[in-house]
Amino acid sequence: MDEVFSFALVLSTIRLATPLLLAALGGMFSERAGVINIALEGLLLAGAFTAATVTHFSGNPWIGLMAAIGAGVAVAAIHALATIRFKADQVVTGTAINILFLGVPALLSGALFDSTGATPQIPQRNLLQMAPIVLAFGLVPLSWWVLNRSRFGLRLRAVGENPEAADAAGVRVEAIRWAGVLLSGALAAIGGAYLSVGQSSLFTRNMSAGRGFIALAALIFGKWRPVQTMLACLLFGLAEAVAIQMQGVAGIPVQFIQMIPYLLTMIVLAGFIGSSRAPKALGIPYQKES
Amino acid sequence: MLELREVTKRFGRVLANDRVSLGVRSGTIHAIVGENGAGKSTAMRIAYGFYRADQGSISIDGRIVEIRNPHDAIAAGIGMVHQHFMLIDTMTVTENIVLGAEPGGVALDLERAGARVRELSSAFGLAIDPKARIEDLSVGQQQRVELLKALYREASILILDEPTAVLTPQEVQELFAILRSMRDQGKTIVIITHKLSEVLALSDEVTVMRDGRVVGRRITRETTAADLARLMVGREVLLRVEKGPASPGEPVLEVRDLRVTAQDGSPRVDGVSFEVRRGEIVGVAGVEGNGQTELVEAIAGLVHRGRVAGSIRFAGREIAGASPRERRELGIAHVPEDRHRRGLILELDLRENSILGVHDRPELSRAGGLLDRRAILEKTTRILTAFDVRPPDPELPARALSGGNQQKLVIGRELDAGPRLVLVAQPTRGVDIGAIEFIHGKLIELRDAGCAVLLVSAELEEVTSLSDRLLVLREGTIAGLVDPASTPTETIGLMMTGGAKRGMK
Amino acid sequence: MRKTLGRAAVPLLAIAAAFALGAIIVVLIGDDPVETYRLLIGSALSWPDGIGYTLFYATPLIFTGLAVALALHAGLLNIGAEGQLYVGAFAAAWVGIVLAGLSPWVLVPLAMFAAAAAGGAWGAVPGWLKARFGAHEVINTIMMNFIAVALTSYFTQYHFKEAGDPIMQTGPIGEGARIARLGGFIPGLPERIPLNVSFLIAIAACIAVSIFLWRTRWGYSLRATGANPAAAEYGGIRTGRQIIIAMTLSGALAGMVGIGEVLGYRYRFYDGFSAGYGFTGIAVALLARRSPLGVFLAALLFGALLRGGLFVDIFTEKVSKDLVLVLQAIIIIFVASAAGFRLPFTGSSKGEGKV
Repeated sequence: MDEVFSFALVLSTIRLATPLLLAALGGMFSERAGVINIALEGLLLAGAFTAATVTHFSGNPWIGLMAAIGAGVAVAAIHALATIRFKADQVVTGTAINILFLGVPALLSGALFDSTGATPQIPQRNLLQMAPIVLAFGLVPLSWWVLNRSRFGLRLRAVGENPEAADAAGVRVEAIRWAGVLLSGALAAIGGAYLSVGQSSLFTRNMSAGRGFIALAALIFGKWRPVQTMLACLLFGLAEAVAIQMQGVAGIPVQFIQMIPYLLTMIVLAGFIGSSRAPKALGIPYQKES
Repeated sequence: MLELREVTKRFGRVLANDRVSLGVRSGTIHAIVGENGAGKSTAMRIAYGFYRADQGSISIDGRIVEIRNPHDAIAAGIGMVHQHFMLIDTMTVTENIVLGAEPGGVALDLERAGARVRELSSAFGLAIDPKARIEDLSVGQQQRVELLKALYREASILILDEPTAVLTPQEVQELFAILRSMRDQGKTIVIITHKLSEVLALSDEVTVMRDGRVVGRRITRETTAADLARLMVGREVLLRVEKGPASPGEPVLEVRDLRVTAQDGSPRVDGVSFEVRRGEIVGVAGVEGNGQTELVEAIAGLVHRGRVAGSIRFAGREIAGASPRERRELGIAHVPEDRHRRGLILELDLRENSILGVHDRPELSRAGGLLDRRAILEKTTRILTAFDVRPPDPELPARALSGGNQQKLVIGRELDAGPRLVLVAQPTRGVDIGAIEFIHGKLIELRDAGCAVLLVSAELEEVTSLSDRLLVLREGTIAGLVDPASTPTETIGLMMTGGAKRGMK
Repeated sequence: MRKTLGRAAVPLLAIAAAFALGAIIVVLIGDDPVETYRLLIGSALSWPDGIGYTLFYATPLIFTGLAVALALHAGLLNIGAEGQLYVGAFAAAWVGIVLAGLSPWVLVPLAMFAAAAAGGAWGAVPGWLKARFGAHEVINTIMMNFIAVALTSYFTQYHFKEAGDPIMQTGPIGEGARIARLGGFIPGLPERIPLNVSFLIAIAACIAVSIFLWRTRWGYSLRATGANPAAAEYGGIRTGRQIIIAMTLSGALAGMVGIGEVLGYRYRFYDGFSAGYGFTGIAVALLARRSPLGVFLAALLFGALLRGGLFVDIFTEKVSKDLVLVLQAIIIIFVASAAGFRLPFTGSSKGEGKV
């Protein structure tokens, strides 16, 4: 009995960690290039809504997933345009994108489905099953390789640490940063797609419930490195899984269970941020003197 | 042959390069000299594509080349070693060298790159471990990485911007040997500097700049330091500041066995003891990064208490545990080394910058916490007038002032508080020559009025000419306490380096 | 005069651009932009209902806009106004219910203070976490939003809901805790419109924040910390303390939303009452370029949009009131891109304060 219980918990942990991991890996590519991506929350929502809507109309979750990636890249392009091209504050712009994707899905689903709350239910057979999980965890070693062993990764790290030096070495700083941000949009959107057409079967308003921010905390906890970030995501996934298990237990109000991941995030941030070394140029727009 | 023709560049109101034309012959070492702000770096940064000229052209071997960014410059065979190294601390030597010119396809071929790096370093005598991390290297070694970067890209023209500023005299000699060997192997070297002794020791030809213009060209063998100095400044220069003898009184600052550690726990100031008396200027000389910054910030109270040990006594009272504000109230003023980082709040106006550090004193702050705007305006006007800050408009943001005027504002504010001890770090960095003379005069005036002054400067000439006593700092310890008037510069230089292998970690 | 016009140029352009993009979105989802905007603006400017409700909706936005603006002056982005206003409103209701028997002269100020104090405490926590550990306030304020919603919901459901009430709300506050509606004082404004005394308090708060920031030494310390923390430290200002003070004051301003909501409108705490006031406060503060007068004007604009959004929701075929959220977001992006102002980075290379 105990064993079954713990096996279910492990499975549930992995499932719940998946969207976090996808968003966090996305955030990693943006932040290692020096661009803060607090818009992960909005990117998750953009991916989730697009996947649910396109899957509903096409009847094929893979088309939904592809559309979600497209949407994620498009939204990330807004972030890149504002922060890289126009040197807008990265945190402020990211916040605006998060607000934007409280509004856009509601506006569109209101027009398409006459409900600003949710998209229509998608039948079970049209949901993504294992693929996003495999993809998320498979991306961990791949991301490690890209960061540490590829030409793109070297340049990405360089523009995040010291863009002026990268520029002097002939690297096109803005282009690399664009690539990092767009990649983060694609990955976070896959995470969002998994939320709406994997873990559940429809898009509901604000269904990411802060996961974009939790992913960001996991990224910091994981020191902006793929393997450690994966472990951090598993920890948060475990917290959520335990919370769900506890929901049946009598006497504990549901509100307290809901708080667990948020409290854990705050504790982790306070406890470990000092030991984490951020990319040196993170958050600082690259401005040539002339 | 590298040629700039009629190159003009403006930054806002400032004309940084005014129809600059200069030629560098292939296979020579060419020095470009001039005061701070003469436009030397701007001209060379244009040649390297960091800035784009408003007008003018660049040609190599008679062909006009379009250089829009460093990428173009590299393709044209130009390499540059910047004053502040363009290296990524967390990466290895090889990663830094290949960045932007990586061998292999999608995957990095670091083995091949490492082999090429080893090959180049032996060809030019630049001993370096390709797998070392930049942050673990000494400044001199980092400079070699910069040279290797240019060589790896097969640069035939190498521009070095103030390459000796951060080196010990011994490292300077090593660098010069490397540069000569490069020239002898056919490379063209351009060195930007404001140190005339280096020009005479190293270069074949010299171009002198002043106020954004080229004011003279010389064959090095046929010129003298005095000739070059006159060209640089535009008039006969006083090589020493005029000052009378000091009449020091009782000690104001007594530092005993001071130790300061960095955030990572490594020692930066390692058991330093000295005193500063009223009516004297005590100078601190040393190669940058040998604990000067930490020493001054520890006395000002700006280093976290957990990282400071030892005793700091001010007017007989222990202040090692006092907050920066308490120290200011006791009469310690501080002209910080970096006015943009610490000394000014660039977005705020001159009034608000004039009260930084004293804003809550009763003469400026009325009951109920309201600021006394009239008193603040009076104070601001007083500082702007006394220190000749231009333009004297209290409502301008500090950002709108030139470097020299910003520095005069900072010094004016600090002296206006009527201090008994002034900590002055790099008072004339990035300041034009007129302001330098003004600031030097003010420091002497301050001393003669009975104030104690601790002066830190990376410019050896500045500390030796202003100080009454001179401390030489090396690796966080005092390597010597000398009388600057009677001690030869060579001796001080030797103390700065200790003859030992400084910088090897 | 020209200076003022110059300062207003970016916000005005941002508004124009947002409306233009909004019109395109309306067309894309198959509706008529002219009709949509006519409804949006027309319904917000009619007398007395339009203007009365616009001012009513503007009131919480003045408080949250001031909250965000004040924190921005200290270099902090407070995305937690939403959570702070929930705990503030709940605290006001709690005082109003538990101490219902007290005289209005005591009860009303006490309930108002409770709202500000609770919001302030909620803001102080992320402030302290930033000052002490370098944990970024943006993540922590968001987390505290979720916690505030859950916590107030718990207390409402388990401790303050009247038996048999199907709605998630507390019982009513005492009569003595109510503040007056302005309808009774302004000719032509009916008392059914919930515009109340808290609007006047909001105006007073604009003036107070303005004096605090530019005329007092405390405001100077706070702005110096926001503009250049290293220089502020050099000037003897304790930057960590300034961060906590700024977040506390910011939270208190956000908490004061509870005054109008609980003491002047519903007379009880209603679970989930906020129409995203805390987030709209960000748009208000940025559009205002952090100035309290600007906050007042920007809050009027967004108050009008909230009011008009309801009519758009009902009377157009396809467009929902969420259009207002989209307009907000676009305005923020435009202002941030054009004005180019940036929050300073207090963190070192050790990763403190970075997200």
